[in-house]
Amino acid sequence: MNTEALKDLLYKMADDQLILGHRNSEWTGFGPLLEEDIAFSSMAQDKVGQSWQIYKLLHELGESEPDMVAFMRNADQFHNCQLVELPNGEYDFSLIRHFLFDMAEQIRFTHLANSSYEPLALLAKKIKGEIKYHTMHAKIWMKQLGSATEESVSRLQNSLEEAMPYALGIFEPSKFEAELIKEDIFSGEAAIKEEWIEQITAILKETSLKMPDLKGIQPIYGGRYGQHTDNLQPLLDEMSEVFNLDPTADW
Amino acid sequence: MSKTKDISVEEIRSWLDEVMDPEIPVLSLNDLGVITGIEIEDSGKVKVNMTPTFSGCPAMDYMKRDVEETLQKNGIDDFDVHLSFKTQWNSNMISDKGRAALKKFGLAPPPKHNLIVDIDLLEHSKCPNCDSTNTEMKTPFGPALCRSLHFCHNCNQAFEQFKPL
Repeated sequence: MNTEALKDLLYKMADDQLILGHRNSEWTGFGPLLEEDIAFSSMAQDKVGQSWQIYKLLHELGESEPDMVAFMRNADQFHNCQLVELPNGEYDFSLIRHFLFDMAEQIRFTHLANSSYEPLALLAKKIKGEIKYHTMHAKIWMKQLGSATEESVSRLQNSLEEAMPYALGIFEPSKFEAELIKEDIFSGEAAIKEEWIEQITAILKETSLKMPDLKGIQPIYGGRYGQHTDNLQPLLDEMSEVFNLDPTADW
Repeated sequence: MSKTKDISVEEIRSWLDEVMDPEIPVLSLNDLGVITGIEIEDSGKVKVNMTPTFSGCPAMDYMKRDVEETLQKNGIDDFDVHLSFKTQWNSNMISDKGRAALKKFGLAPPPKHNLIVDIDLLEHSKCPNCDSTNTEMKTPFGPALCRSLHFCHNCNQAFEQFKPL
């Protein structure tokens, strides 16, 4: 088992969950309607909980305690894709990001449920069941607002164009793609990206939204190896503000 | 000396009938289905295996602590309560007694499923108050990770359902 490759994979997934979980939690109290407030808050709780479980797998492989890993690193030590750190923007942007990211995640964990690394396979099986509710939520709103009024369609279309280069960055190849695939730990970013394109294209077809032409889009990479937008460090500062008052406190 | 020599797995399981889900106080951990194994080793050590309902469920740590306290209260000093995904929880594991308790509590029990959960399962949940299926799902998310929100058009009441998973 190539532990370095495995850790690289676990870190990027855990960091994606933690950062998007935090962004989702920023909707608490601000959702456009009560049900959406609850939905984004619940998805936040799921994602932060899932990140904790993945950090626990990392801890078993010799990394620091989950809380330390979550709260004590700076932006350049995070492996999340840039898509998840972008500010929530208006509801249309948050919804598009939620749709693009969670569809990818559903595919990722479905593949990982067959991973040769058993602790990851077991956790992935659990997570894919939970994520189903996230993708269900995303699809309902994409279908409703994606064919509703001129304003809802144009807002979602603009957000889709804006988010797409970042969404393609979810699939930034890791330094260890070949090792991970060879050892059957993970089927690789290229494989899940292909499925993702197929699935989101099919859903967008049921709406008035247009799938952007991916040939003309340069994916935004770098997040997996510590290159982030200026949005990440302020998020981390806020997230760890209470923890850092006394890192040894027992909550 | 541990007194585990005189007790049986069934006896330990019966103690756990008294340990309730902290968020749904009518549902015991046995009926919730999260106790996946009880063993008494030759040394007398008691091992209890538990599986999380949802990976982000904040109640799991409380449940684990409650199980530990129950073992201690019954005179067991040597024990290990372990949370693992090895046996995976799904909502079919809630017992019939548990389902009846949920309904009485006002929470619609999760429909039994063939392990494939899709939206149809949630769309027309049976109202726990009047048993009508003339209901609609308002959102797949609710006040806890394991609950969704619904509305019954027959008795005009909002209700919650324990989500199928």
